[in-house]
Amino acid sequence: MELDKKLIGHEFTPFTATVEAGKIKLFCKAIGEEDPIYSDEAAAKAAGYRGITAPLTFLRALQADDPNKGGLLRLLNVDIGLILHGEQHFEYFAPVVVGDVVTCQEKVVDIYDKKGGALWFVVQEMEMKDQTGKLLAKGRGVTVVRNPDAAKK
Amino acid sequence: MATATAPKFADVKVGDALKPLVLPPISRHQLALYCGGSGDHNPIHVDLDFAKKFGFKDVFAHGMLSMAFLGRLVTSWVSQKQVRGLGTRFTSITWVGDVITVSGKVTGKREKDGETLVDLEIRCTNQSGQDTLQGTATVALN
Repeated sequence: MELDKKLIGHEFTPFTATVEAGKIKLFCKAIGEEDPIYSDEAAAKAAGYRGITAPLTFLRALQADDPNKGGLLRLLNVDIGLILHGEQHFEYFAPVVVGDVVTCQEKVVDIYDKKGGALWFVVQEMEMKDQTGKLLAKGRGVTVVRNPDAAKK
Repeated sequence: MATATAPKFADVKVGDALKPLVLPPISRHQLALYCGGSGDHNPIHVDLDFAKKFGFKDVFAHGMLSMAFLGRLVTSWVSQKQVRGLGTRFTSITWVGDVITVSGKVTGKREKDGETLVDLEIRCTNQSGQDTLQGTATVALN
């Protein structure tokens, strides 16, 4: 298995995701987060937010709303069982709250291998803007692909 | 929840430690909840047969679940709207049953674009003392 470095620079089709209270509620249950700013509008507003707030790492969950979800795996022609999350970084410019319609744009910025091709690394960058075009957050993620051919050696 | 005694930039010193967060053992139930809650439906985190087929002894936690714990540590110290950055490397796998402790300390203080910023080193560590996540955060303090 070898990943195609010509895919560096590939831009995915932008998509929009609406921030929903029910999704934040389940996300918070899963991570054990009980602060009412994530569940109660009055508490969120009292704390200075525009509304029920998305937790810091919920931004990655918004990316799951991509109608072309799994696009990276199809682009690379890689099975989902071979990938691991290597790194994730977010820069925050404004809180994301329930009702926001967030446009996400992702692109591939680097592809490289280590250990003689046993592991491949795909670096993606992401920008999220709200319905007015204001920048909410930037993300940078590294997906690690385990080379099944290397494992057989 | 950010405490009533929000830290002040002038009072914070390099080397200051945040109060650690000790999580309940990772359970299969939690991984199922996170699968649904995050929209990350990769079966490797919830389907033992699938995980074994790809060479793993068991299912294992989503990296982003542990990153959410890093976020919880930071927002236990400051309000979320003060957080300017959160990042991590996922350095080892978190297995079902692992007990994760999240810890952090101040590594720097600086000014940028008119804000006074504090940089943190944050990590998740398992019950064997092995780091599973090694990350950083930047928060704005008054």
